[in-house]
Amino acid sequence: MLDVTSPAYQKYRSSIKINITHPDNRSMDLYDKDVVSIRDFTKDQIESILDLSQKMVPYALGEKTNRVLDGKILGNLFFEPSTRTKLSFESAAYRLGCDVIDVSEMSMTSISKGETLADTIKMVDAYCDVIVLRHPYEGAARLAAKFSENPVINAGDGAGSHPTQTLLDLFTMREAKGSLDGLNIVLVGDLKYGRTVHSLADALTMFGAKLTLVAPESLQMPDDIVQHLEAKGCHPTKTADLDGVIDQADILYVTRIQRERFPDPAEYKKVAGTYRIDNAILREAKSDMVVMHPLPRVDEIAPEVDSTPHARYFKQAFNGVPVRMALLCSILGGEI
Amino acid sequence: MTGNANIKEIMLPPIRNGTVIDHITCGQALNVMRILNVNENNIDSSISIGIHVSSEEMEWKDIVKIEDRELDAKTVDKIALIAPDATISIIRDFYVAEKYKVRLEDHVVGLAKCSNPNCITNRGEPVSPEFNVIGRHPPQLRCCYCDRMLTNISDNLL
Repeated sequence: MLDVTSPAYQKYRSSIKINITHPDNRSMDLYDKDVVSIRDFTKDQIESILDLSQKMVPYALGEKTNRVLDGKILGNLFFEPSTRTKLSFESAAYRLGCDVIDVSEMSMTSISKGETLADTIKMVDAYCDVIVLRHPYEGAARLAAKFSENPVINAGDGAGSHPTQTLLDLFTMREAKGSLDGLNIVLVGDLKYGRTVHSLADALTMFGAKLTLVAPESLQMPDDIVQHLEAKGCHPTKTADLDGVIDQADILYVTRIQRERFPDPAEYKKVAGTYRIDNAILREAKSDMVVMHPLPRVDEIAPEVDSTPHARYFKQAFNGVPVRMALLCSILGGEI
Repeated sequence: MTGNANIKEIMLPPIRNGTVIDHITCGQALNVMRILNVNENNIDSSISIGIHVSSEEMEWKDIVKIEDRELDAKTVDKIALIAPDATISIIRDFYVAEKYKVRLEDHVVGLAKCSNPNCITNRGEPVSPEFNVIGRHPPQLRCCYCDRMLTNISDNLL
């Protein structure tokens, strides 16, 4: 049986331990902390996570290996369908030697029998060291954090927050542009129900971004979020006309108009397909303008764009792994 | 109390015992009545309501006087959510036995439900709705769970 207290094992552990501490120790502020909203982060903490994410890239690619979270267990609780977020959390955990438990079919669980989320969380909390939660109702992650002893990471709660998506979006932007400061960013698509854009806009205000919000009137950014941005000194421009603003953009962040968020299918049909990014519209853009999308896309971005230098959305999806690795390391401490 | 204020007071009949809720934000008197949960079927004492009453301090205000009732702390806290400048006078044998201003705390718990139907606090979970007060004139509350602003406070009081 492996004796984890033995000097030989400790030596082995220290040999595989990667340096997860930022030079000024900022990242460790997140040790044992919940990640519920991007508003919980300071600018320094975000930069620290992005720095650590950069160090994680060779590990995420499998070019280097480590098992710094060996012995830890991540509980993946997805109450809504997910491909990228769920898989990238699993990949991030496995790349660090962390085990993953999950429920693949919610209809087979006691949740379908009417168990409250609070009870489910208390139960899962006893089985793992960190909980990753996606849930259809807003505020679910905050509630889970209240009932869980272990840290909770919000992987999307309804139309609310999706902070880890925001972190990987920021990482992708910084990777593409070298810096986040003062970028001209155009957000286009469903800005009302799209949770990624709410969290992203919030975070970008910390970096002095100039935001342009492009959406049909019925899908514009909710007033309370715009007011919050304005209170933080960002004064976004609202428009429905993408053609008029694309030439100024450093980043074009496209979101899908989500059928599942519309209570009324007729309302969805009115706005579906309003914006479509193709090579024709990109002729107006700067040559180094970057197109991002949280994916999945339906028809917002034509496949012909994939092969242009503008396309960053698949790289963006990959970046979910190093960013979530950085987050898991910061939260779990990396040492047993 | 100034002489002018005395003149305003006598616009509503005095009460022997009970509570005077004064300096209610103009237009909120009927919502205060909802908080007091009184109607013709469940009270035997008299209630006087002054709506759009001239006020030196507020220009216009509402007043509610309720006989034979003193308010508990939770009721007063709810009134603060819709009328943050309201004053409560407890009347005993025609004299003001106690007078204080309602206090809107920075953080309120269990007084109102979230107006966002998709908020987890509206889904039968064992938690009380919680809000941070981010504005006071008029009161503006942000849900601590879903982060949305509470719209139409009076319709969402518990």
